[in-house]
Amino acid sequence: MMLTREAAGSLAARLLSGLGLTAQVTALASLGLPRIFLERECRRTWARQLYVVGIGTLAVATVVALFTGMILGLQLGIAFRQFSQELMVAYTLAFAMLREMGPFMTGIILAACVGSSMAAQLGTMTVNEEIAALEMMSVSPVRFLVVPRLWAMAMMAPLLSFYTCVVAFFGGALVGYTQLNIPFLQFMGQIVEAAEVKDLWVGLLKAFVFGILVSGISCTVGFCTTQGAAGVGASTRRAVIYSFLAILIGGYFITRFCYVL
Amino acid sequence: MSSNAEPAVAFEQVCKRFGSRRVLDGQTFAVQRGERFVIIGPSGTGKSVSLKLASGQLSPTSGTVRLLGQDLCALSATALAALRRRVGYLFQSGALLGWKTLAENVALPLRSHGHLPEREIAERVQAALAEVGLADAGELYPAEVSGGMVKRAAFARAIIEEPEVLFFDEPTSGLDPVMSRTIDALITQVNQTHGAACVVVTHDLAGALRYADRIGFLKAGRFLTVAPPSEILNSPVPEVQAFLAAQALEP
Ligand SMILES: Nc1ncnc2c1ncn2[C@@H]1O[C@H](COP(=O)(O)OP(=O)(O)O)[C@@H](O)[C@H]1O
Ligand SMILES: [Mg+2]
Repeated sequence: MMLTREAAGSLAARLLSGLGLTAQVTALASLGLPRIFLERECRRTWARQLYVVGIGTLAVATVVALFTGMILGLQLGIAFRQFSQELMVAYTLAFAMLREMGPFMTGIILAACVGSSMAAQLGTMTVNEEIAALEMMSVSPVRFLVVPRLWAMAMMAPLLSFYTCVVAFFGGALVGYTQLNIPFLQFMGQIVEAAEVKDLWVGLLKAFVFGILVSGISCTVGFCTTQGAAGVGASTRRAVIYSFLAILIGGYFITRFCYVL
Repeated sequence: MSSNAEPAVAFEQVCKRFGSRRVLDGQTFAVQRGERFVIIGPSGTGKSVSLKLASGQLSPTSGTVRLLGQDLCALSATALAALRRRVGYLFQSGALLGWKTLAENVALPLRSHGHLPEREIAERVQAALAEVGLADAGELYPAEVSGGMVKRAAFARAIIEEPEVLFFDEPTSGLDPVMSRTIDALITQVNQTHGAACVVVTHDLAGALRYADRIGFLKAGRFLTVAPPSEILNSPVPEVQAFLAAQALEP
């Protein structure tokens, strides 16, 4: 009994200290935004990370978005055909993607493709004492490494999310045209009509927040790496899992606050 | 401030444990300003840990560590960062940034702190690289050069800001004997020209005997002996004698 309570206590303490550290790193890096404009070194890293986040994930994002749109189109088509309401497919697809699926999938793709490699890179640097070396040179690892990564992801995520939505609409329209006999332009017109400005903004806000969460978590996990190469592997896995959880939980709360029942 | 009278590094009754493993056990010593202090001892006895404690990368389990007169445990993160600008550190592994060239690595402290013009930075970096025999290797990346070259570039990075205290963790391991002597001479040189206190961890006793003011022999968590080179050569301590004999150094 004592033992389990102690174990639970130490688990809770570790969870709290981990959350605290992540919040600290994320907040410090968020406040570092001006550095991107003021410091050449920071701007360079930021520009490279923009490329990594944006262009590096484009292929994966395209395929995922296209097939998500097609799957949703099919499933919704099967359901709505029963009531001869095929055009409702476009309507439903529009707000499902804009409100939830677009930012959610973007977050997942960023966590898997970019967050994991951020954790691995910073983890390797930690294990090789490069982070300690930066600290010994009075160069803050958060300012030097996390600020450009966090802001690259935070700025790219909404763009990527919008792109994901548009590609998914194409996927849906493709299925609508081939399987449901809805003319392509009519499908797209229906989406534009259904899409509300608020849905778009909330979706973009979500993607922005997910970008900050994924990069903040991944970098913090990287910094906390111990025990050599095996530790780097563990950190990579941890970064992805924690990012997924943060995206799900964060996504719920943003929805909860932006849409009152 | 009376800080100039303070020793560069002072350990008082420092204990350091990792879990149940006791690495340092009541270690007490001081390195004066401008002194060349060498720590030798068998592998895994806590030489690197001592340097990390002295530079605030690790905190002692008990006891106090002072760097340039300031108690490291009592410092805020900002104050520690400010203090570290007066300190240079060569890591045992070199710890260069992999995505930067050797020259960019050496320039990093100058670029991040000072507001020196790029031209002057380039000149100083080139001079520092030339001193460690890397005049032509500045454009190479750490992965493209040998471990010894990484070590030398890291050495140049540690001394580029002319700090008041320098920590060198095995500066000559992985170097050929000629380059080792060059590095030894450089340690003496930075010490004499800038008056920097140098704390050097090394296995290279022959080199240490040449430039050290004092040598501390670390074993089982404490210095068995701290003495000038001449006394170390005639030390009655059996462990020190074994170390000397293994490197074929007769008194
Ligand atoms: N971060 C750490 N966590 C746990 N043990 C450590 C850590 N750093 C060093 N040690 C242990 O402390 C001892 C001394 O290490 P070190 O100072 O690196 O030895 P050396 O004298 O060869 O430089 C070793 O046994 C090592 O396993
Ligand atoms: Mg060592």
